[in-house]
Amino acid sequence: MAECHPVGFQWVMEAKARGAKVIHVDPRFTRTSAMADVHVPLRAGSDIAFLGGIINHVLRNDAYFRDYVVAYTNAPVILREDFRDTEDLDGLFSGFDPGSRAYDNATWQYAGLEVQAAAGQRDQEYDRRTQGGGPEVAEAARGETAGSGGFPIAAGYPPRDPTLQHPRCVFQVLKRHYARYTPEMVERVCGVPQDVFRTVCDLITGNSGRDRTTAFAYAVGWTQHTVGVQYIRAAAILQLLLGNIGRPGGGILALRGHASIQGSTDIPTLFNLLPGYLPMPHAHEHEDLDTYVQAEAARKGFWGDMRAYMVSLLKAYWGDAATAANDYRFDYLPRLTGSHSTYETVMAQLDGVCKGYFLLGENPAVGSADAKMQRLGMANLDWLVVRDFSLIESATWWKDGPEIETGELRTEDIATEVFFLPAAAHTEKDGSFTNTQRMLQWHHAAVEPPGQARSDLWFAYHLGRLVRAALAGSTDEMDRPILDLTWDYPVKGENAEPDAEAVLAEINGRAADGRPLSAYTELSDDGSTSCGCWIYCGVRAEGVNQAARRKPGRDQNWVAPEWGWAWPANRRILYNRASADPDGRPWSERKALVWWDAAQGRWTGHDVPDFVPDRPPGYTPPEGARAADALAGDDPFIMQADGKAWLYVPTGLVDGPLPAHYEPQDSPFTNPLYRQQRNPARHLPSPHPDNRYQPVGSPVYPYVATTYRLTEHHTAGGMSRWQPYLAELQPEFFCEVSPELARERGLEHLGWATIISARNVIEARVLVTERMTPLTVDGRTLHQIGLPYHWGPNGYSTGDAANELLHMALDPNTHIQESKAIACDIRPGRRPRGPQAAALVRSYRRRAGITGATGTEV
Amino acid sequence: MGVRTWIESWPVYRQLTGDDPLGRGAAAKSRRSERLDPRVTTADRVVKSVCPYCAVGCAQNVYVQDGKVTQIEGDPDSPVSRGRLCPKGSASLQLTTGPAREHRVLYRRPYGTDWEHLDLDTAMKMIADRVIAARRAGWQWEVGGRRVRRTLGLASLGGATLDNEENYLLKKLFTALGAIQIENQARI
Repeated sequence: MAECHPVGFQWVMEAKARGAKVIHVDPRFTRTSAMADVHVPLRAGSDIAFLGGIINHVLRNDAYFRDYVVAYTNAPVILREDFRDTEDLDGLFSGFDPGSRAYDNATWQYAGLEVQAAAGQRDQEYDRRTQGGGPEVAEAARGETAGSGGFPIAAGYPPRDPTLQHPRCVFQVLKRHYARYTPEMVERVCGVPQDVFRTVCDLITGNSGRDRTTAFAYAVGWTQHTVGVQYIRAAAILQLLLGNIGRPGGGILALRGHASIQGSTDIPTLFNLLPGYLPMPHAHEHEDLDTYVQAEAARKGFWGDMRAYMVSLLKAYWGDAATAANDYRFDYLPRLTGSHSTYETVMAQLDGVCKGYFLLGENPAVGSADAKMQRLGMANLDWLVVRDFSLIESATWWKDGPEIETGELRTEDIATEVFFLPAAAHTEKDGSFTNTQRMLQWHHAAVEPPGQARSDLWFAYHLGRLVRAALAGSTDEMDRPILDLTWDYPVKGENAEPDAEAVLAEINGRAADGRPLSAYTELSDDGSTSCGCWIYCGVRAEGVNQAARRKPGRDQNWVAPEWGWAWPANRRILYNRASADPDGRPWSERKALVWWDAAQGRWTGHDVPDFVPDRPPGYTPPEGARAADALAGDDPFIMQADGKAWLYVPTGLVDGPLPAHYEPQDSPFTNPLYRQQRNPARHLPSPHPDNRYQPVGSPVYPYVATTYRLTEHHTAGGMSRWQPYLAELQPEFFCEVSPELARERGLEHLGWATIISARNVIEARVLVTERMTPLTVDGRTLHQIGLPYHWGPNGYSTGDAANELLHMALDPNTHIQESKAIACDIRPGRRPRGPQAAALVRSYRRRAGITGATGTEV
Repeated sequence: MGVRTWIESWPVYRQLTGDDPLGRGAAAKSRRSERLDPRVTTADRVVKSVCPYCAVGCAQNVYVQDGKVTQIEGDPDSPVSRGRLCPKGSASLQLTTGPAREHRVLYRRPYGTDWEHLDLDTAMKMIADRVIAARRAGWQWEVGGRRVRRTLGLASLGGATLDNEENYLLKKLFTALGAIQIENQARI
């Protein structure tokens, strides 16, 4: 955090100054470790074992927050009799079909009840919910990790045992599931000595409960794994057991890496989502809006009003052309048939299906996993449009990319037509970024963009205008959605720049009379309201740009609600009803955030209460109530189908209801915990000669590499390698190795090293440093290699791209690649040039006995 | 120059006698730097902005003089950042005004060996034509007997560095075109 979010880290230091303990768990020693009370180096790819060990410690020692767990989580809920855990099936859950490598999650459900997920793979319930059959779509590809939470639930209540003693209640299942995650096992899997592990357990449990809370902060070190979602889930289980969710100083905080990466998930440029985490529809027979809502929506909680959110979006898209009679043009939405993630797109480019590609502030030629595959995909396109500040590698690979050097590609043979369009900077356009705490902040244009540089708002608007003009008058049915689209935005200035605030107004939503809406509770499913993103409804309440509010922090309370605007409803801490006990009183005065004011008959507090404002704590919904009306007064998790937080996930995840440790795709170790080596449901794109996997425990690839960022550079370098200040601070690519590994492999400090995986070979300057610690894993020494991944050949600060080494095995829920733990080899000296480079990679593959089938077994 | 003035111009003397014993402030200041004004004092306007790098969302003050951005500093009013910027945020003046930025459209024709220049309007028309053609070439009404109404002919990657309003228009446009392979860094 001190490295990649340094200004955010000031608050960690503030907390430390007030007595908070800081624990840093990371394979390498960083600026964060330097400020931490405890630094825990562990094996990359072993975090579920580590977190599972802490969960086991909490359960064994009765260190959980019992009142919170019983009232606010699904710990008391009783599961079906035919559910089988990894304890029963040696690493698999019930319902796994090895043929399709997919789970049927029917047996994961609550006894006698079917619930719908609040996020994640909702489509896996489609057939059961609409026809009563089993799932047909093996890969729903619906989920996004950072969603708005909450999904539907069946009518009625699941059977519960508030004593937590029933052998099939979630709490007891959890206890058995994590029983094998002992301190000895943590040491064996993670390489963390038992005394260090116990220190961490004691610090966390000692700082949780009524009076104290513990927060977890993570970034892509947790998400970029073939079991990434389950990493976060493991932290969620622990934080719920300790009562650290929805309370000040608690939570699981995703530290996101781009200015508006949260916004680009909320208003997604993602294949599986529509704005506000509405799922993109999958292809089903005769699906209309009603069956979509029936399949996707929850019956209880705020997802129960999904139809209103969807109809309002369709009205924002298609305006007067969307009417009740034509199902609000629900049929205009294109349909999914599985995953269409960026890695499938690369395969579609190689297959010749995808012929045109836009890169909008993104540099996959060095920034995506298996960078060579990215470039080969682009070399097979008809056309490529790159919009960026400078000539990044994704714009110039046809001229000077690595494959030109090795002779695998020849410029004169590449047919791809390339357009480079200069982009406007943040100082040259109006607009909003959504930061990592869901807060929208408006930035104002200071000057006009130079030369032919333009904003992406300009690009999108004028591209749409030109396409619509070219297709005007078409009677082809395929052109109806683009011609019926509402696309009238006021423009201003010499460049005809669209008015960003007019777009924000459409996102915020309007009533039938055009009045700006103030809250998503005003949305209607009868076509009278329009709203481009329901969770952003209210950002322009009263017609005022709330995201542009800048009341100085020193003139506000500690929540600072009048700086920017956080979705939803300007709440700064989600699910904050859980900061009060079931009776509506803060768990402790020290940790008070919101509470029930009986005299006023309302929830009140420091933050905007995340609850129905006037619903008393003791409220019990009437029989048959639905959506928000079905929430009881002690259901704080208002987006969840049952109002409770899920320790156990009955639906929504494709790879299991509980996190279990699986080894990374390429690992030097066999799984010490189960016979099942890898995540059985991990997503493997179709085989390709440049995306080979490695055998388990291969001595040819004995080390573990992990990629990361440095303070002085940004992601794949497009915004930092061209800046002289930053280039001077970190002038070239390097790898970090321990003195022990340097001795073992003859690596010299400031010399060169060659690093090889089954995909590719790179070279890096060597930094020999005690910041890297050799670990004892499963009885032997493991060396890890640190690889900052900012580089490519262009710009002032140059070097090979660490992403060349990665494979394209993905987390099956999110389709995110496994950047953080790959087995590799390292040796002294520079990498070979020309055809010798590929020959070296091939010779390693031969020695390891790699074929197209290696690593693809379940 | 009197003796007293001469002695006081000596930094070590000021360091030993003044209130800057570590010599990191007033004691170390030369006469030349004493006469200099920060460039922000002469700015015509201060525009409120947000750092474009990571997602902490540090507030920036953008100083504009004679129609040009002359300095970018942290905004002390922000309850998030309290005026601080990291090395990247501090370098955002270079990011936005530096010589590494391209200001012109570049075009590489199929099998071409070098860039050519194109007029922006021409480029936009060419891109629009190619979108229409690729969309049609990759069009699918049905897959496995089920209606999909989509195209696999074109794809897009990017958005995490863009504004919400930009992503909104992009998703809306691509969805209406039937393009589904729309992705950004959040996946990566």
